[in-house]
Amino acid sequence: MSAGKTFKLPARRRDIAPLLLVPLLALAALPLIGSFSTWVTLTLAGVAMGMIIFITASGLTLVFGLMDVLNFGHGAFISIGAYAAIVLVPLVSGLMQADSIAANLGALMALIAIAMLVTGVLGYAFERIIVMPVYGQPLKQILVTVGGMIVAEQLIIAIFGPVQIVLPLPTAFRGSLVFGDVAVERYRLIAVAVGLVIFAAMLLVLNRTRLGLLIRAGVENGEMVEALGYHIRRLFVGVFVAGSALAGLGGVMWGFYREALTPRMGMDVMVLAFIVVVIGGLGSVGGCFIGALLVAVTANYAGFLAPKLALGSNILLMALILLWRSRGLYPVTRR
Amino acid sequence: MSDGAPLLSLTGVNTHIGPYHILQGVDLEVRRGGLTMLLGRNGAGKTTTLRTIMGMWHASAGNVRFDDADITAWATPDIARAGIAYVPENMGIFADLTVRENLLLAARSGPIDDARLRWIFGLFPALEKFWPLTAGVLSGGQKQMLSIARAIIEPRKLFLIDEPTKGLAPAIIGNIIAAFSELKKSTDTTILVVEQNFLFAKSLGDAVAVMDNGRIVHTGAMAELAADRDLQHRLLGLHLDQHQ
Repeated sequence: MSAGKTFKLPARRRDIAPLLLVPLLALAALPLIGSFSTWVTLTLAGVAMGMIIFITASGLTLVFGLMDVLNFGHGAFISIGAYAAIVLVPLVSGLMQADSIAANLGALMALIAIAMLVTGVLGYAFERIIVMPVYGQPLKQILVTVGGMIVAEQLIIAIFGPVQIVLPLPTAFRGSLVFGDVAVERYRLIAVAVGLVIFAAMLLVLNRTRLGLLIRAGVENGEMVEALGYHIRRLFVGVFVAGSALAGLGGVMWGFYREALTPRMGMDVMVLAFIVVVIGGLGSVGGCFIGALLVAVTANYAGFLAPKLALGSNILLMALILLWRSRGLYPVTRR
Repeated sequence: MSDGAPLLSLTGVNTHIGPYHILQGVDLEVRRGGLTMLLGRNGAGKTTTLRTIMGMWHASAGNVRFDDADITAWATPDIARAGIAYVPENMGIFADLTVRENLLLAARSGPIDDARLRWIFGLFPALEKFWPLTAGVLSGGQKQMLSIARAIIEPRKLFLIDEPTKGLAPAIIGNIIAAFSELKKSTDTTILVVEQNFLFAKSLGDAVAVMDNGRIVHTGAMAELAADRDLQHRLLGLHLDQHQ
């Protein structure tokens, strides 16, 4: 049927309000902070931290959205990824200490690869052994995944000890680049680049592939995806493994960001990741990205302007977002 | 009712949902070809019957056979892949996916066949207009068209369609009736439709089964039921002239 001359297609919904939150927050913070260079430093640090939180939270939001699984064990993969990397550090120390960006990047990629491999394999086992028996039982999910988290944390303490382990940055990533009065730490630029690559890859997969189509549809209505002939649980295993591997990647990035590892690091980052998932809307990668930036930038600004408020700033932010949009910025699921 | 062996048969099917005993021994045969209407009052168990066939709720007793295979305990995706397309009561549209993506997902065997798509656009012209838009912006009638189009985007042996006219304006119902008539003429697919709109059922049905309290209480030709007002009143509690 040909479209009539007077026929007008309804406009595609483009909800841009959440996209404006981070720029508006940054602009609002500028006069409060006063110094432009300090504002740039805080903002870039927040963006870098936000990218790392996004990497860890992106898998969590898909797992949450796709199968209603509350995986409190997600933090374990963050820690395990970081500790898997530190095991490999002696093998790539030559590359890390070389005065070459290419060699340093090679070392970082190798550490990331091993972390993602280890956490991906463990994620598969975790889903099969711990999560699968408690599908559809939220209370049991919380209990067994928190249990898994505690066991992982204690195993890390047993193997690596309870004390902090230093994870030095590769040579070329240390120090800052100075632009006028503004100093930008090099590693933060690396973190931003890795975060953007992951975000772009996820958008590409979700929006341009059949697998992505299935994931998006599954997040919205898993039962209907099954009625169309697709085994959503097999899909979920894949997403769970990918989410675990991304948590491992996030663990490596976070370890370098802090230049230290602790057995509790996964739990600490996971709290932020959960806040981000709730703020972004269950199952939404885009919402997760904006939520991560908001959480990190807000924490940085609050830490500078009102240090006593810094600890509660994320909870306050989450409350404000949920008052505005009770199901998060970009809810995908109907739950 | 069409001749030949049944494509789908339910024998003594019982289904429990939590503490509730919904289907209490359903015996139903759907023969190959033609359109069978499954009628009954609210709460009779019609939707549960379709969901049990699709494996969304598993039968606690009895068996479901489709195309000579016992599918009682099969998983929903395997039942769908055996050749059953399902349109749920709530249409099951993916609102955040475009019309194109909704259909693309339903075309399991690969890219959408162009001739098939043209045929569907002939049945539901609105879908061509809204092709690039997210399904969430469609009206209720257009969503129903999309849900049916999604079921027929590839040839299937059996369609299960749950209340296709529910909540739709009469003009849209006319459109759906025309599409089903065309579907019946254009394909050799078997169709089982759950419906409450008796005029819709009468205009399309070849065979009919009536449910009450979780059991099939009547089967026969649709024309016979349409001609017998007393039977309609007894089985469905309605008189045709009082119904839509």
